[in-house]
Amino acid sequence: MVTNQSHREPAIHRIGIVCPYSWDVPGGVRSHVADLAATLRERGYFVSVLAPVDNPEFLPEYVADGGAPTSVPYNGSVARLSFGIKATRRVRNWIRQGNFDVVHIHEPLAPSLSLLACWAAQGPLVATWHSSQDRSRILNAGYYIAQTAMEKIRGSIAVSEAARTTLVEHVGGDAVLIPNGVRVSDFRDQEGVNITGSPMILFLGRIDEPRKGLSVLIEAASEIIERIPSIQFAVAGPGDPNPFIENMDSHVRKQFTFHGTVSDDEKRRLLHQAQVYVAPHTGGESFGIVLVEAMAAGTPVVASNISAFSRVLRGGECGELFENGDASDLANKICALIESSTDRDRFIHNSNIRVMDFDWNSVVNHVIAVYESVHTPGEKVTEDLRGQIVGRFAKRGVRE
Amino acid sequence: MTQWLFAGLLVTALVLLVLYLSMTAGRLDRLHRRIDLAESGLDAQLLRRSGIALELASNGLLDPATSMVLSEAAHSARISSDRSIPERDIAESELTDALSAALDPEECAYILTEQGGPETLAELSAAVQRVQLSRRFLNDAVRACTQLRKQRSVRWFHLAGRAPWPVFREINDHVSLPDL
Repeated sequence: MVTNQSHREPAIHRIGIVCPYSWDVPGGVRSHVADLAATLRERGYFVSVLAPVDNPEFLPEYVADGGAPTSVPYNGSVARLSFGIKATRRVRNWIRQGNFDVVHIHEPLAPSLSLLACWAAQGPLVATWHSSQDRSRILNAGYYIAQTAMEKIRGSIAVSEAARTTLVEHVGGDAVLIPNGVRVSDFRDQEGVNITGSPMILFLGRIDEPRKGLSVLIEAASEIIERIPSIQFAVAGPGDPNPFIENMDSHVRKQFTFHGTVSDDEKRRLLHQAQVYVAPHTGGESFGIVLVEAMAAGTPVVASNISAFSRVLRGGECGELFENGDASDLANKICALIESSTDRDRFIHNSNIRVMDFDWNSVVNHVIAVYESVHTPGEKVTEDLRGQIVGRFAKRGVRE
Repeated sequence: MTQWLFAGLLVTALVLLVLYLSMTAGRLDRLHRRIDLAESGLDAQLLRRSGIALELASNGLLDPATSMVLSEAAHSARISSDRSIPERDIAESELTDALSAALDPEECAYILTEQGGPETLAELSAAVQRVQLSRRFLNDAVRACTQLRKQRSVRWFHLAGRAPWPVFREINDHVSLPDL
């Protein structure tokens, strides 16, 4: 959708974004925030991101240091969060000095800078809900605290249907669905070089999570190797590969490379090297952003026919779909795709058009529309000191 | 001794009660202000939408009959602003129907080729989206507020004062426009 800039006075210029998780650790929420901030900045907005930071040395100029995070168990894993009086002060300082028109808080109930910002700010607040959590965790957060935070948020965004359901059913509240975006240009601006010379199949995702479907690919591997003996398999993602390696035949094992956790740059490089990107997920995916990343990189996709993937690939127009969980169907589809360059070119061509629907450049219009619909002209985000004993204590230290 | 203990407990309980009530009153106050802001926001977006509808009806992009239907609907939506909320919501829903009827895919394809057409349609599409967002956020605030006002403590201690009971806005705001 095109928004006409000229007809509207620029009521919103300064945007504050709060990220609850450490800026130094790669993750879904963190990269969402980074991409959103970069796109908004390209549109000419002033953006300041407040996030926990371990190493303030190499911080981009638009990131404000929210303090060093502490490792605590949260949401089923160990998260690096910032909290306490010091963090509260930093949040208050940031809100006071930022003079923001809108503050956009990610994961507002995460017990970190996000929740603190919900409490410390008042005015046009927007929140984005990323994860789907179970009810008990939300109640653990303290009903009163959660309720107060929720009541101050003027507009909620959910990145997936699952996140929206969590909000509607467990917290009580409504949200508009704005799916994740991909910075398409980031994935395109690379030269596709195939270093090894032999065709490579790429798998990305947690190895030890069964629903990511690595075992389906491994099951299909021997059939693929039979048809294309020089084929290479690259597996990138966190998790212990040993249980898989132990169960492989030796002729299959020597075709596999496990890269472990990879950085964004390495991921892009692998996508450009690969002839085929495989997404054998068996379910539980609400969107499949990694599919869009592969499509943006110009790598043909073979994915299981779960509904989220089928939607992204337009029912097979932009990539090959195989029967979910069926290893021999997967092997057939991969081999056929590697052998047919016309199919590959067709998928790459269609994908190039399709990915623009998921590009941050179009997604950001929806986010801006949310900002505009919660903002009344001339309004600013200010400090909220009412009813907050902790806040009053922290205020005294504001001029540190 | 037991009397003092009893008195102390009583005072503590009273203090806690007063603290709880004042915090709840604070929450209510905040929600009412949020609703006020959201209502004025929605009104502004509705005005913007009907304004663009009027523009569309008067700049010669549409045939005379369609223009008439659209300007009639837009006009009655605009003059309904001093009526009761249900009446306004009906007028706005009728404007939605008129917009949907006027802008079928064929008509849109034609407008897009005309001078100034793409800009007007983009404006309209942005206004329609903002109406939907504003109404949704308003209704969310109304839901949160009614939920709190139904609580016993709020009713018994009249924490809401004389603030009117918030109302949901029931407007059909779905105009199907082509992707631009």
